Amino acid sequence: MRTIRLGVSSLLLHKLRSALTTLGVLFGTSSVIAMLAIGEGASEKAQAEIRQLGSQNVILRSVKPREDFASNQQTRVNSYGLTNADYARVAATFPGVGRVVPVREIYEEVRRGARAMNPRVLATEPIYREVTGRKVMEGRFLTDQDERAVANVCVLSDEVAHYMFPIEAPLGHTIKIGGDYYTVVGTLMPRTRQRSDAPAAGEQTQAEVFIPLQTGRKWYGNLQVKMRAGSRDMEEVELHEIVIEVENAAEVPTVAAAAREMLGRYHETQKDYEVVVPLEQLLLAEKTKRIFNLVLGSIASISLLVGGIGIMNVMLATVTERTREIGIRRALGAKRRHIVTQFLVETVVLSVGGGLLGVALGLVVPLIVEHFADMPTVITPTAPVLAFLISAGVGVIFGLYPAWRAANMDPVEALRHE
Amino acid sequence: MSLSQAGEIVAELENVSRVYRMGSANVRALDDFSFAFRRGEFWAVMGSSGSGKSTLLNVLGCLDRPSSGQYRVRGTPTSDLDDDELSDLRSRELGFVFQSYNLIPQLDVLENILVPLFYQDDPPADGEARARRLAERVGLADRLHHRPTELSGGQQQRVAIARALVNDPALILADEATGNLDTQTSLEILKLFDELHAEGKTIVLVTHEPDIAARAERVLRLRDGRLEGVVENRLVAP
Ligand SMILES: Nc1ncnc2c1ncn2[C@@H]1O[C@H](COP(=O)(O)OP(=O)(O)O)[C@@H](O)[C@H]1O
Ligand SMILES: [Mg+2]
Repeated sequence: MRTIRLGVSSLLLHKLRSALTTLGVLFGTSSVIAMLAIGEGASEKAQAEIRQLGSQNVILRSVKPREDFASNQQTRVNSYGLTNADYARVAATFPGVGRVVPVREIYEEVRRGARAMNPRVLATEPIYREVTGRKVMEGRFLTDQDERAVANVCVLSDEVAHYMFPIEAPLGHTIKIGGDYYTVVGTLMPRTRQRSDAPAAGEQTQAEVFIPLQTGRKWYGNLQVKMRAGSRDMEEVELHEIVIEVENAAEVPTVAAAAREMLGRYHETQKDYEVVVPLEQLLLAEKTKRIFNLVLGSIASISLLVGGIGIMNVMLATVTERTREIGIRRALGAKRRHIVTQFLVETVVLSVGGGLLGVALGLVVPLIVEHFADMPTVITPTAPVLAFLISAGVGVIFGLYPAWRAANMDPVEALRHE
Repeated sequence: MSLSQAGEIVAELENVSRVYRMGSANVRALDDFSFAFRRGEFWAVMGSSGSGKSTLLNVLGCLDRPSSGQYRVRGTPTSDLDDDELSDLRSRELGFVFQSYNLIPQLDVLENILVPLFYQDDPPADGEARARRLAERVGLADRLHHRPTELSGGQQQRVAIARALVNDPALILADEATGNLDTQTSLEILKLFDELHAEGKTIVLVTHEPDIAARAERVLRLRDGRLEGVVENRLVAP
């Protein structure tokens, strides 16, 4: 305790120098924390987005094949994508498969009075909600009864509900999808999001409207017209998406492989589908995160290292400057370990001081980044502890050599030193 | 004042040599030197510059080891001791007073006096009280919390003397302790040494000034690292 007090008083003798030395460790420590927080935040966001797709699902999607002929036609028909036959094969023959959900997408505008928007209009079966893990906010999701009745009912995602019904409750009201009226029977909760509710740049819009699959089939057929600037595209797609729920997470790769194999066989002529495996993406994201953290961590560690070298530099100068003091202390009975302790305490006080301030700064920086750069950050409780321990360690490691030099001076020489 | 009676041997040098290598030549700073300092004696060590006075004091103070020969402190041969044990010996048995005071700048007067106790393995419980008494003794009771830079040379040397006394050493070693002080202040410091001698302390004071040597009880003359002669001053002022 006394040694620490003595160390502090020696450091206070050179306030500016001590403060400047501390800066190195301060920035090193805070950048370790900030980098880890930003890295963690980025990966958590990526993982949350992937989890929304359902980590136990395999998703088959129709993809419009690349057009490899120059077209000047005004109107043409593109026929591609997943078929009802594909759906039947998956549902009937795949091993380890739980529920299978077919999805059709309807390219129609959604209107209510003067308000119009272009959400994804999805015609699907009632089990869609469970398989994709969505939650009902008000009312209900689609039911088998809706299917049987080919009912003109719809369920709105949170975004659509808010936009279409800014004031009143949407349940029981009607909206117009293309030319037909639909009664709103339910709304869905927003997808689980981390922190901010504003969509990040590049994020797909989450606005969705769900209608019964049979209703979609009946009113909109397979042939749909997509208006584009100057041209009309006729598209013929039977199913836009097939969501496969795998019963056992361990079988996801098997099911994915089987799906790829099967689709490859039946879609030989054109590659008009994709197989999305959230679990694979999740594993990839984990790997990316590890690399990301490693790179960020290394950069931050280098700044800590630089801080450490700064401390060592100053301590070596201090030792030289205080050679005579060392000689005096040795003459008065200080053992080598007393001298080592004295200088080590000084370096550790410097680095721990810098470390503590660095932890404080490191906790603030992510908040600033989050506020101004709109990037999510996550401070794991281990990060500050880790950064602090590292900074203390830096003090010990970089203090050892100067302290050792001090302790091994010849007392007579040291006393003669001017 | 009579010469002290032959007391216990405090420090004993037996055929001690200290050889420095200077390029190809060897400098024998101490050359086959034998001597014994007894309890209660007040010695001045005289000799021209380069005669080996400081080397002798460093060996006596266990700061330097003899190249050959044996040095014993209160019967303990120092050649068997490692660095830690020598440090221990310094903190328990020896007190140093240097020419340039050598106080530690970041410590105040009281803390400076306490330094030797700080390094003892089991320091006395009354250390601080002892330090205060010594500060009073050297006339600095009202300067306890001053830094060395706030003191005059004479005052700093008084602090150094108090520091040399705090561990109640068997041997007090002073190298040109008055070398940086004016005559008046030197006399005051010497008076302090006289008092310590009168209390029975064992003192070895290195000087090249005959005036100062004359204040000691006995004078040891060195030349080229060898004992040139011993003078007993019977005319010591009381
Ligand atoms: N560290 C050293 N290296 C080489 N020679 C030294 C060293 N210290 C002292 N000497 C030599 O030893 C001799 C005695 O020196 P010293 O004991 O300092 O003499 P004094 O204190 O009587 O002036 C001198 O010739 C000096 O040059
Ligand atoms: Mg000398």
